[in-house]
Amino acid sequence: MDKEFIKQYIPLYSEAALLTVKIGFLGIAAAIIIGLVCETIVYFKIPVLRRIVSVYIELSRNTPLLIQLFFIYYGLPKIGIRTDAQMCGIAGLAFLGGSYMAEAFRSGVEAIDVIQEESAYSLGLSKLQTVRYVLLPQAISISAPALIANVIFLLKETSVFSAISLMDLMFTAKDLIGLYYNTTESLFLLVVFYLLILLPVSVIGSLIERRLRHAGYGV
Amino acid sequence: MSRVILEISHLHKVFDTNTVIEDLSLTVHEGEVVVIIGPSGCGKSTLLRCINALETIQGGEIKLHGNTVSKNSKDLHEIRQKIGMVFQNYELFPHMTVLDNVMLAPMKAQGRKKSEVREEALALLKRVGLESKADSYPRQLSGGQKQRTAIVRALCMHPEILLFDEVTAALDPQMVREVLEVILDLANAGKTMLVVTHEMQFARAVADRIVFFDDGQIIEQAAPDEFFDHPKTDKAKQFLNTFTFERDRSTTNRA
Ligand SMILES: Nc1ncnc2c1ncn2[C@@H]1O[C@H](COP(=O)(O)OP(=O)(O)O)[C@@H](O)[C@H]1O
Ligand SMILES: [Mg+2]
Repeated sequence: MDKEFIKQYIPLYSEAALLTVKIGFLGIAAAIIIGLVCETIVYFKIPVLRRIVSVYIELSRNTPLLIQLFFIYYGLPKIGIRTDAQMCGIAGLAFLGGSYMAEAFRSGVEAIDVIQEESAYSLGLSKLQTVRYVLLPQAISISAPALIANVIFLLKETSVFSAISLMDLMFTAKDLIGLYYNTTESLFLLVVFYLLILLPVSVIGSLIERRLRHAGYGV
Repeated sequence: MSRVILEISHLHKVFDTNTVIEDLSLTVHEGEVVVIIGPSGCGKSTLLRCINALETIQGGEIKLHGNTVSKNSKDLHEIRQKIGMVFQNYELFPHMTVLDNVMLAPMKAQGRKKSEVREEALALLKRVGLESKADSYPRQLSGGQKQRTAIVRALCMHPEILLFDEVTAALDPQMVREVLEVILDLANAGKTMLVVTHEMQFARAVADRIVFFDDGQIIEQAAPDEFFDHPKTDKAKQFLNTFTFERDRSTTNRA
């Protein structure tokens, strides 16, 4: 391996990694919000919106991210909405991730026995208070492993962003391979930088999981 | 007699096609302890669940202090604050400490001040011997301790009536007593209660009135001594026999 080459391109990769992290962070944050909103709509059985949510979830889960990105990147300008590549990346990740997050929250809510809800009602708590103080905290802790798995899954999915010319890690690696044929070094750097992003997430994720378990959840 | 707290008239409860409660009327007065007994599956839990509108009803009326309790009442959660319910399996909130379990509803539902609620919660926990467990989580407690916590949680809302649904049925035998003693203590303090139980000796000790329930109907009701010593209906006699049979067998075994 060409050590000089690796040294020389570390800054370029760092920049790309920063972009990946930024888009990943914003996209995932938006996905979590979408997921929460969807699950709230489903939980309260809000008419019409509930239908829209189920169509969205099917669409989002059953199409590849690449195609979703193409739709956003090439489709939206056609109907007059101007976006840049970064916005598209964030939107694509949010669109894909929203449904996964919604499903994770749903499995958390469904895992809670209905009698917990009844127990809260019998104390005179309102529906909203019951969700806020009794169901949501339990649902989040039950969903935590799935939510964390989704975060990692979505971060990995960012590797398709190069297709809409975002200068992320994958784009940088492909670019360098195309220019200099330094395949080994370029891919080595790619793997290292993805690991640098994903390993801490994975470690922090399991710490959070463990903390939630130890905070007295579960019977 | 003292004033009426709970008045159930002509209650009808059907699950799909299965009629579980049929034309049931029952009145509970202030300070009265009514114990409901009857074979399992006869609708006792369903009755209690109807009383705080966890079930919709298909006919009749339930009134607490003259206010109708119904799933459609606008002020349902205010009415429910006046009805304390203790479930067979405790149903504590697993993500909260004992103290937080007790304090949640008084603070959030009744909007009472934290310091005042805390003081009362701790005093009640002390009264049932759980002052050292205030900061424990439910999973760290024994069944008996969980059930005492659930009772305190209901009490801290100052309910006008307490409903107990076989609250010792899930407990190991050695823990039954500690929970029954708490209930007995509440009865002596003049609390109004509707108690479903299979503990016959306890029923006799705690009740002002026994209601014998079968097939969703009240078959017989009487003062405890009268009911246990001179049951009138065949159904009640048969039911009580299932308990004496066990006692007879254990005496013969010992002999
Ligand atoms: N949610 C439900 N759906 C359908 N049937 C029910 C439901 N809950 C209770 N039942 C039926 O109602 C009857 C009375 O049950 P329950 O009130 O639990 O009896 P008990 O508490 O006296 O043992 C039983 O036949 C039971 O199968
Ligand atoms: Mg029952």
